[in-house]
Amino acid sequence: MSEAPAVLPTASAERVEGIDLLLRPPRPRAGWRLLPARVGAMCTVELQKLRHDRTEVYTRAIQPALWLLIFGQTFTRIRAIPTGGIPYIDYMAPGIIAQSAMFIAIFYGIQIIWERDAGILNKLLVTPTPRSALITGKAFAAGVKSLIQALVVVVIAALLGVALTWNPLKLLGVLGTVVLGSVFFSCLSMTIAGIVISRDRLMGIGQAITMPLFFGSNALYPISVMPGWLQAVSKVNPLSYEVDALRGLLIGAHAHVALDFAVLLVAALLGITAASSLLGRLAR
Amino acid sequence: MTRDIDAAEPEAVTCTGLAYFFGETKAVDGLDLSVHRGEVFGLLGPNGAGKTTAIRCITTLLPVPAGMVRVFGSDAAKDRMGVRRLLGYVPQQLSADAGLTGRENVTLFARVFDVSRRERAERVGQALAAVDLTDAADRLAKTYSGGMIRRLELAQALVSAPRLLILDEPTIGLDPIARTGVWEHINAVRAATGMTVLVTTHYMDEADQYCDRVGLMHRGRVRALGTPTELRQGLGERRRAEGAPASAPLPTLEDVFRDVAGSGLDDKSGDFRDVRSTRRTANRVG
Ligand SMILES: Nc1ncnc2c1ncn2[C@@H]1O[C@H](COP(=O)(O)OP(=O)(O)O)[C@@H](O)[C@H]1O
Ligand SMILES: [Mg+2]
Repeated sequence: MSEAPAVLPTASAERVEGIDLLLRPPRPRAGWRLLPARVGAMCTVELQKLRHDRTEVYTRAIQPALWLLIFGQTFTRIRAIPTGGIPYIDYMAPGIIAQSAMFIAIFYGIQIIWERDAGILNKLLVTPTPRSALITGKAFAAGVKSLIQALVVVVIAALLGVALTWNPLKLLGVLGTVVLGSVFFSCLSMTIAGIVISRDRLMGIGQAITMPLFFGSNALYPISVMPGWLQAVSKVNPLSYEVDALRGLLIGAHAHVALDFAVLLVAALLGITAASSLLGRLAR
Repeated sequence: MTRDIDAAEPEAVTCTGLAYFFGETKAVDGLDLSVHRGEVFGLLGPNGAGKTTAIRCITTLLPVPAGMVRVFGSDAAKDRMGVRRLLGYVPQQLSADAGLTGRENVTLFARVFDVSRRERAERVGQALAAVDLTDAADRLAKTYSGGMIRRLELAQALVSAPRLLILDEPTIGLDPIARTGVWEHINAVRAATGMTVLVTTHYMDEADQYCDRVGLMHRGRVRALGTPTELRQGLGERRRAEGAPASAPLPTLEDVFRDVAGSGLDDKSGDFRDVRSTRRTANRVG
């Protein structure tokens, strides 16, 4: 595109001064730099919002804390679940971290319908941002938000005496796992948003799927103790792979971290594709 | 109005035969429109006339299922990214993000329009100053009044130096003082930058006062087009020719609208489907 200056001023209004930059359209970024730029912009906004209002981080820490405190400590004592010699609270901590990150991500897709109703989404759609870049940006913003939540739960778990790794490389892996998982779950809810359109219906569906995703995973118990049909569910549930990776990285349990990463990456890409192709429906 | 017409320079906006239907509802039904460079063009009409739908086709939010839309010569159906780079858009709802400060709201739009990091802060500062929000810039937008949010949205739209500013009902729901404030800022910015402004409203008095040209829209189509004075004088002359006293006051834009809407109603005399869809519209608009 040519970079001709905007139309020259026809009159000088004394009320508006120092507007030289507002006369010059910015130079468009090269194609490949557009996606990281948009992802950066959306993630920054998410961090700014969290900085202005931290209450959600705190209130959403209560539930995982209760899971670890009550369920974790009780089941550690009664040793009902085979964990391969790991104290039960250590075994479930990665599951609870994954669960709280998933809740944030699924709720994030509901937020996008709210943004649509408020006109915020429409305005972003009228910027030079391809739909896939907008969805990717939003998905990574959900990842950032989930990551902060996951950090809070990690701290709670550490305080409750869970033996976590402090190996920086493994923690980097944890970060990647949580972000990829949240990219998938936020895209899942944005995809459903693109199908059902209305906020109330999405709210209902969101609530209806979070618990089955949680219980139909290895977050609380190993897949081997599940009945056959639940094993099948668990094996196609990306949350299981997220939990498996977190367990391997955080508490050194036996895990298939490479496979987990591959599955989460493919799931995230599929999620972005599906949500992007349905975004147009939300704009109507 | 005198204007240099340069054939090599395309109009700011041209719509030809634009149509958009929501199921049975013919929201936009054969819209022909051209907005000249540098003017403030008002698209007028009551709720349900199809203004927002037309705007959403021009801004690439909706596809162009029938007809043609061009913005400075670029086809809105084919070159969406090109068109978006030319636009600043303020939608009908108050759409600033309440959880961010004014400055953060504007910075987001600077970033998504690829403003370089080097000049970002200064550009954002200029946009906020242009709408008199410098002092409130670091407060959360949820503490702003309706008029301030509208001005903030104006800053969001201005930060990318658009050539065409599109405002959908910018003064809807504002008190009279805030409405005047919003219009004054639109005018000052237009005077200083020379950008083209396309604005919709259902307040005829505002259009009369602030728009260079207006199009009266009714049932998805522009029924009358011209400067407010032309339209009012045209109706005045016709009324005098029909026997109204020469001393009668000049008709208002609202009179002009009632005149064209009346004839519009006649040529599409209401069958039951029309009545039903009108009633549905009334329910939705509330
Ligand atoms: N998303 C939608 N779904 C169905 N009908 C719609 C939708 N948006 C607008 N309409 C209908 O299209 C017509 C024109 O609406 P709109 O463009 O919003 O008019 P205006 O902005 O002039 O008030 C109305 O009858 C309205 O009910
Ligand atoms: Mg409207």
